[in-house]
Amino acid sequence: MMARAQAKQDALSARIAALALPEGLRPARDAALARLSGMGLPLRREEYWIYTDPARLNAAEPPALAAEGEADFFAALDRARIVFTDGAFDAAASDDLAQAGVEIETLSDAASRDIHWVRDFYGSLETQGQTPVARPFAALNTAFAADGVVIRVTAEATRPVELVYRSTGTVSDPILHHCVKVEGGAALTLLEVGFAGARYNTTLEVDVADGGRFNHIRTQGRAHERVANTHLFARVGAEAVFKSFTLSANGILTRNEAVIELAGAAGVAHIAGAAIGEAGFHHDDTVFITHGAPGCESRQVYKKVLKNGAVGVFQGKILVRQVAQKTDGYQISQSLLLDDDSQFLAKPELEIYADDVKCSHGSTSGAIDETGLFYLRSRGVPEAEARVLLVLAFLAEALQEIEDETIAEEIRSRLESWLL
Amino acid sequence: MLEIKNLHVKLEEEDKQILKGVNLTVEAGKVHAIMGPNGSGKSTLSYVLSGREGYEVTEGSATLEGEELLEMEPEERAAAGLFLAFQYPVEIPGVGNMTFLRTAVNAQRKARGEEEMSAAEFLKVVREKAKALKIDADMLKRPVNMGFSGGEKKRNEILQMAMLEPKMCILDETDSGLDVDAMKLVSEGVNALRDEGRAFLVITHYQRLLDHITPDVVHIMAGGRIVKTGGPELALEVERNGYADIMSEAV
Repeated sequence: MMARAQAKQDALSARIAALALPEGLRPARDAALARLSGMGLPLRREEYWIYTDPARLNAAEPPALAAEGEADFFAALDRARIVFTDGAFDAAASDDLAQAGVEIETLSDAASRDIHWVRDFYGSLETQGQTPVARPFAALNTAFAADGVVIRVTAEATRPVELVYRSTGTVSDPILHHCVKVEGGAALTLLEVGFAGARYNTTLEVDVADGGRFNHIRTQGRAHERVANTHLFARVGAEAVFKSFTLSANGILTRNEAVIELAGAAGVAHIAGAAIGEAGFHHDDTVFITHGAPGCESRQVYKKVLKNGAVGVFQGKILVRQVAQKTDGYQISQSLLLDDDSQFLAKPELEIYADDVKCSHGSTSGAIDETGLFYLRSRGVPEAEARVLLVLAFLAEALQEIEDETIAEEIRSRLESWLL
Repeated sequence: MLEIKNLHVKLEEEDKQILKGVNLTVEAGKVHAIMGPNGSGKSTLSYVLSGREGYEVTEGSATLEGEELLEMEPEERAAAGLFLAFQYPVEIPGVGNMTFLRTAVNAQRKARGEEEMSAAEFLKVVREKAKALKIDADMLKRPVNMGFSGGEKKRNEILQMAMLEPKMCILDETDSGLDVDAMKLVSEGVNALRDEGRAFLVITHYQRLLDHITPDVVHIMAGGRIVKTGGPELALEVERNGYADIMSEAV
C-alpha cells in the first residue's frame, strides 16, 4: 500500500518537475497544488483508470508531433474567435473580444487584475468535482494552467465564442483553463476547436445560473499521435440548460472527463459525444452527473465507431440524491465495431437515493448491419457510400444533441468526408 | 429483358442445392408470375438475381438485356435496371426515408453517367408518387421502414420502385401481410408502372395478387426448377386444386 502511494507521488514529482506555478491566482493555484500532492498521479489499473492506461498522461515528456493543418471549422458561422497558438493567447489572430452582453478576458489578464469573480470561481468547481472521485489531472491543470479565457455572460450573446487551438509543433504540452459564468437568464454558445498541442490538458469550468443557457460544441483535432486530457466541470442552476457535444476523430489517447451537477430544480444537462478512430486510437469518456435537485433532466449520449484495433471506453455515472425526486435520467453508450480487433469497454453506473425517478441506461457494441447494407446496395448505393450512411446513422442520436442546425450539418459533413 | 439459363445455386455455408436448373425468359413489357409451394426456391431466385450474399452459383447464367448479372455487385445490378421489392423490407434506424430515396436515385443516376436530381425536383417527384401510394409526409420523414406497418413497408417498396424506374422489377411475395385495401394500393402502384420497356417478375404463393396484377405468363416452380408454364389460367388452376396436382403431373 505504502509502495503504491509512493509510486503515485513519484509519478507526480516526475510529471511536474519542469513546471512552475504561474503568477496570479496564487491562492487557488497553491490550493490546487496541495490537492494534487495529496492525490498523486494515477497508476495503471487504479479503479478509475482500469480501461485507460495513464502512462501517456504521466510521462514527463509529451509525444513528438508534427503540426497538422485542417480546414477551419464553422467558417459559415458568425462567431468571435479567440485563438491560442501553441497554448498562448494569440491576440493578432483573434477577433475583438468586446461583445455586448459578454465579458471576455484572457486568464492571465484577469489574474493580473485580480477580478474578484474569477478569483473566487477559478478552481472552485474543479475542487468540488474531486469528490467522490479524485481527478488529479484537473488539479494539475488548475495549479499550472498557463492561460485560458474567462467569460462572464450577462445577456443573450449575439454570436458564439470560439476558442481556436493551433499548434505549430514548437510547444507541445499546453495547459489551458477556462472559466465561464452564465448569469441568470443569459445565454452563450461556446465552440472549442482543434488541438492545442501534442499533449494538451484543458479544463473548462462552467456555472450556469438559474434560467441561463450554455451550449458547448467541441472538436478535438484529427492528428493521429495527439494526446488529449480534458475536464469539464459544470454547475447547472434552476431551470438552466447545459448542453455539450464533443466530436473526436483520431488521437492516440483522449480522456474526456465531465462532472456536472444539477443544483437547481428543473435544470437540464445533456452531454454527448461522437468519436471515430482506428488502430492506436484510444478514446475514453468518463462522465459523472449528479442530480442534486428535483425535477431535473439529464442525458448522456455517446457513440463510438472503432476500427482496426481501436479502443473505446465509457465510464458514465448518474447519481440521484434523495432530494432529487422526479429525476429524468438517460444514458446510452454504444459502439460500432467495424472489425473483430476493436473493443469497447463500458461501465455504466446508477446510484439512486430518491424513490420517484426515471433513469434508464444502456450500453451496446455491434457490427454494421449486413442486411441494411445489402438493402442499400440493392437500391444502387455503392458499398462504400452505404457503409458511411450506416455509420452516420449509428452516430445520429449523438449528433441530434447539437441544437444549432448549421453546426450539426457541418459536423455531419466533416464526418462524412472523413469516413469516405 | 431477363434471361435465366440453367441456373444452379447452392447455399454457400452448407452443401444444399436450392436451384437446380432454372430456365426463364422474361420479355420487355411483360408480367411473369412465379408461383410455387414453400421451399421451392422462389425467394432464393430473387435474392440470387439481386446479388445477396450467402449463395453460390454453381452453374448457369442470368442476363439483363444481354449483360451478365451474376458477375455484378448488387449496386451495379440496380444501376443496370434491376429492382427487387423485398418480402421483408429492412428497417434502417438513423437514415431518413427521404435521404435514403434521394441517395439511391442519385447514386443510380451517377452510375449511369446522368446528372443528379436537384433537391427541388426530387421533392416534387417524390411527393407526387408518395401521394398516389397514400404515403404521408411523416412516413417520408421517418427512418427507413421504422415503425411502418406491414402494408406501409410494402407501399414504401413500391414508392422506391416508382422513384428508381427500373427496367426489370422483381416482386418477392409483395402480397404477404397485406390486407385487401393495401393490396389494391400496391397493385395500382405496380400497374401504373407497366410499360412496354419494363418487365415484371411477380413471385407469390397465392393467386389473389394476380387478380389485381394480371400476368401474361405464369410459371410454377417446385424443387428448384420451373415445372410448368402457362397463361393466367394456370394461376386459377393452382387456386382451385393446389400445387400437388401440377407437381405430380410435372414429375
